[in-house]
Amino acid sequence: MQKPARALFEVLGHLFKKKATSNYPFEKAVVDARFRGRIAFESDTCIGCKMCVRVCPAKAIEIILSAEQPPAPAPAADGTAPVPVKKKFDCIMSLDRCIYCSQCVDVCPKKSLISTQDFELAHTDRKTLKRHYK
Amino acid sequence: MSKITIPLGPQHPALKEPVNFTLVLEGEQISGSAVNLGYNHRGIEKAAEDRTFLQDIYLIERVCGICSHSHTTCYITCVEELAKAEVPERAKAIRTLVGELERVHSHLLWLGIAGYEMGFETLFMYTWRDREQVLDCLELVSGNRVHYGINTIGGVRRDITPGQKAEILKRVAILEERTKYYVKLGTEEATVLARTRNVGLLPHDVALERGAVGPTARASAVKRDVRKDEPYLIYDKLDFNLITHNTNDVFGRLVVRVLELVESYKIIRQVLDYLPEGPIAVKVPAKIAPGEAVNRYEAPRGEDFHYLKSNGTDKPERVKVRAPTMANYPSVSYMLDGGYLADVPMVIAAIDPCMSCTDRAMVYDNKAGKVRVYGWDELRKYGIEHYKKRGVDFTKL
Ligand code: SF4
Ligand code: SF4
Repeated sequence: MQKPARALFEVLGHLFKKKATSNYPFEKAVVDARFRGRIAFESDTCIGCKMCVRVCPAKAIEIILSAEQPPAPAPAADGTAPVPVKKKFDCIMSLDRCIYCSQCVDVCPKKSLISTQDFELAHTDRKTLKRHYK
Repeated sequence: MSKITIPLGPQHPALKEPVNFTLVLEGEQISGSAVNLGYNHRGIEKAAEDRTFLQDIYLIERVCGICSHSHTTCYITCVEELAKAEVPERAKAIRTLVGELERVHSHLLWLGIAGYEMGFETLFMYTWRDREQVLDCLELVSGNRVHYGINTIGGVRRDITPGQKAEILKRVAILEERTKYYVKLGTEEATVLARTRNVGLLPHDVALERGAVGPTARASAVKRDVRKDEPYLIYDKLDFNLITHNTNDVFGRLVVRVLELVESYKIIRQVLDYLPEGPIAVKVPAKIAPGEAVNRYEAPRGEDFHYLKSNGTDKPERVKVRAPTMANYPSVSYMLDGGYLADVPMVIAAIDPCMSCTDRAMVYDNKAGKVRVYGWDELRKYGIEHYKKRGVDFTKL
C-alpha cells in the first residue's frame, strides 16, 4: 500500500493554483461583521449605571463623570422644579487590558457600548492604549 | 554501553510549549524517561476564585487556545447543573456545532504539526491552509477565530442564520474533499509510514492501565469517548462512529484523528439539519446555589474534566480542571522507553500535548537553586511551619 512520492502530483498541481496567502498590511484584511474588535462608546446615551464595569472580566473599563456637564436647565416659567438634564459620562478603555469578549456590549442597557471591527490596535506608545472616549 | 542523561526542553525546537523531559540514553536508544511539568503554570484556578461565574467563562476559555470551547462548555455545564438551569435545545445544538468545528480545527492543526515533526513540511503547509476554512466558519459563527466566547451561562450568545448555515456547509464540503486526500496521503505516503509505524508503541493493556484518553487511547483500541460513554449536549441524538485503531503506534493515532475528522463533518451536517427553533439562552441569576458538580467533555485531545464548588455567592469557591494532556503524560514515558532519540519529538507530538492546559497545579520550591516537588504531607507541614512563623498556629486543626 506504500506509494512513493504520493504527494508529487498535488505539489506540481499547486504551481498553477492561486496564492492562498494575502499581502496583508498592504491589502486590507476583512473580518466578519460579528468580529469583536475595539469597543466604541457613545456618551449621549450612557446613564452611568456601571454595569459594564462590574461585568468586565479584565477590568478594562472605567466610567467617570465628564469634566464638562451640560448646563443646568432654567427654572420653568410657572415656578415648578426644572426637569433635570442627563449627566454626561466618559469612558476610559484600556485597550491593553481588554480581551475583546464584548460582554460589556451585551450587558449595557442603553447600547452605549458598541463592538467595532477595528482590530489594528498594536502601538509602540503605551499611552495610546488608554483611550478616553468623551 | 555507558548511560547518559540528557534534558529535552523546556526550550526545544521540537516542542511548541515549555515542558521538560529527562531522557536516559544508551547510545541512540532511550532506556528511561521522566516528564517534568510546571513551566507554564499561571494560577488560573486560583484566579477563578475571585471572579464571578460569568467572568470565569472568559478566564477558563484562556486555559487553552486550541480547545477553548471544550473548557468553557465543561465548566458552564457544571454551573448550569448547580443553578438548575434548563438550557434551550437550540443553544445545545449550537454548542455542539462549535465543539465539532473546534475538533476539526484542532485535528487539522495536529496533522500539520505531525507533518512538521516528521520532516514532511508539505503536509504541514497544506493542512494549515485548509484549516483556514474551519477557522473562517468559527469566525462566522462566533465572531472570533480562537477564543469564540460563544458560551454564556444558560445558553449561547449568538444565533446561527440560514446564510451562515449555507456558508458552513460549503466550507465543510471543501474540507471533506481535502480530508479524503489526507486519508490517502497519511496511509500511503512512504515518509509518513516510515516515521510513524511502530514508533511510540502503547499496547492496549498499558493504555488502560495508565489511563490514556482521547485519540491516544483510541489508537490502542480502547473504546473510550465521552460523547458515546456519557452523551452530553445533543450527542445522543447524533449518528456517528467511535473511531479506534489497533496498531498502538503513532500511525494509529494519525489514522484515528484523520478518520475522526470525517465523523466530525458528519456531525456538523446533522447538527445543522437538526437545529431546532427557539430561544438561544435562558436567564440565570448571578448567584449560584451552593453545591458541587463534576463534568466530563470529550475535547479534541481526550476527556476534559471540570470540578466546581459553589458556596451560594456569585463567585465559585473552587474550580479544578484536569485537562486531557495531563491524563496522557503517564503514557508518554512508557512510549518513549526503548525508542530512539530521533523519534522523541514525534512521540511527544502524537499525544497532541497542550502544556497551557496541563500546567496549573504544580508546587515547586526554588530554594538553593534546587527544584523540589512537595508531596501532600510535606506540603501540609510546610504550610503549618510557614504560618507558625507568622504567629498563626494551625497544628490543632
Ligand atoms: S456604558 Fe452602558 S453599562 Fe456602562 S455605564 Fe453606560 S449605560 Fe451603563
Ligand atoms: S470587551 Fe470584555 S474585556 Fe473588553 S472592556 Fe468589554 S467586557 Fe471588558
